[in-house]
Amino acid sequence: MVPLDHYLILAAVIFAIGVIGVLVRRNLIVVLMSIELMLNAVNLTFIAFSRHLGSMQGQVIVFFVMAVAAAEAVIGLAIVISVFRHRQTLDPQEMQLLKW
Amino acid sequence: MDTSAVLFYVISVFLVLSSLMVVFLRNVVHCALALVVALFLIAVLFVMLHAPMVGVLQVLVYAGAIMVLFLFVIMFLNPTASEPRRKLWWIFGSVAALLLAGGLAALLSNGEAPANPVAATEMFGSPEMLGKSLFTDFVLPFEIASVLLLVAIIGAVVLARREP
Repeated sequence: MVPLDHYLILAAVIFAIGVIGVLVRRNLIVVLMSIELMLNAVNLTFIAFSRHLGSMQGQVIVFFVMAVAAAEAVIGLAIVISVFRHRQTLDPQEMQLLKW
Repeated sequence: MDTSAVLFYVISVFLVLSSLMVVFLRNVVHCALALVVALFLIAVLFVMLHAPMVGVLQVLVYAGAIMVLFLFVIMFLNPTASEPRRKLWWIFGSVAALLLAGGLAALLSNGEAPANPVAATEMFGSPEMLGKSLFTDFVLPFEIASVLLLVAIIGAVVLARREP
C-alpha cells in the first residue's frame, strides 16, 4: 500500500509543473491546458484523502471540480476564439488593452 | 514492495514526464496529446485509490470531451506564429515553481497524515455510494452545478458567435 504522503507529493509536483506553464508559456491554449493540469493535481489530492480517511466526500467534491473545470474550459476557449478573431494572436502579452 | 506500489511509482514517473511535456513542448498539438496521456494516468491512479466511478468520469469528461474541445480549437485557429523565447522568464518561472513544489512537499510530508488508511468496504467508491451522497448531502450544489453548466453553454455560444 502506497502511503498518503507519496500521493500528496506527486500532486504537489504536478501542480508546480502547471504553475510553470501558466507563468512562462506565451500561448493562451497552453496556459489553459496548464490550468487543467493544476486542477487535476488538486483532484488527485482529494481522491487520496478520500481513500485514506474512508470518506466519500472527497469524491463528490472531485465531481464538482470536474463540472467547474468543464465550464472553465468552454468559456476560456470561447474567449480565446473571440480574441484571436480580433487580434490574430494567441500571445497573452499582446492583450494589454486594460493594462494601466 | 507489492505490485500496486510498483505500479504507482511507474505511473508517477510517466505522469511527471507527460506533465513536463505539456509545459515544455513547442508544438501545441503535441502539448494537447501529452495532456491526454497525463489525464489518463491520473484516471488510473483514481481507480487504484478505490474511486472507479470518478476514474471513468475522468476519462469520459477530461480525456474525452474537454480534450476534443481543445484539439478542435487548436485546429480551428491553426496558430502558426512561434512563441518568442524569453530565457530569463523561464528561469524565474522554474525557480518559483521549484520553491512552490518544495514548500508544498515539506508541508504535506510532516508526518501528520494517517499512516494506515481506513479499510475500504466493498461498496466504497461505487456509483451507488457516489450517487447516494450526491443526491442526499450535496443535492443543492448538484443543482447549482447544473445551472452553472447551462450558463457556460450560453456564455460560450454568445462569446464565440460571429458579430453581425
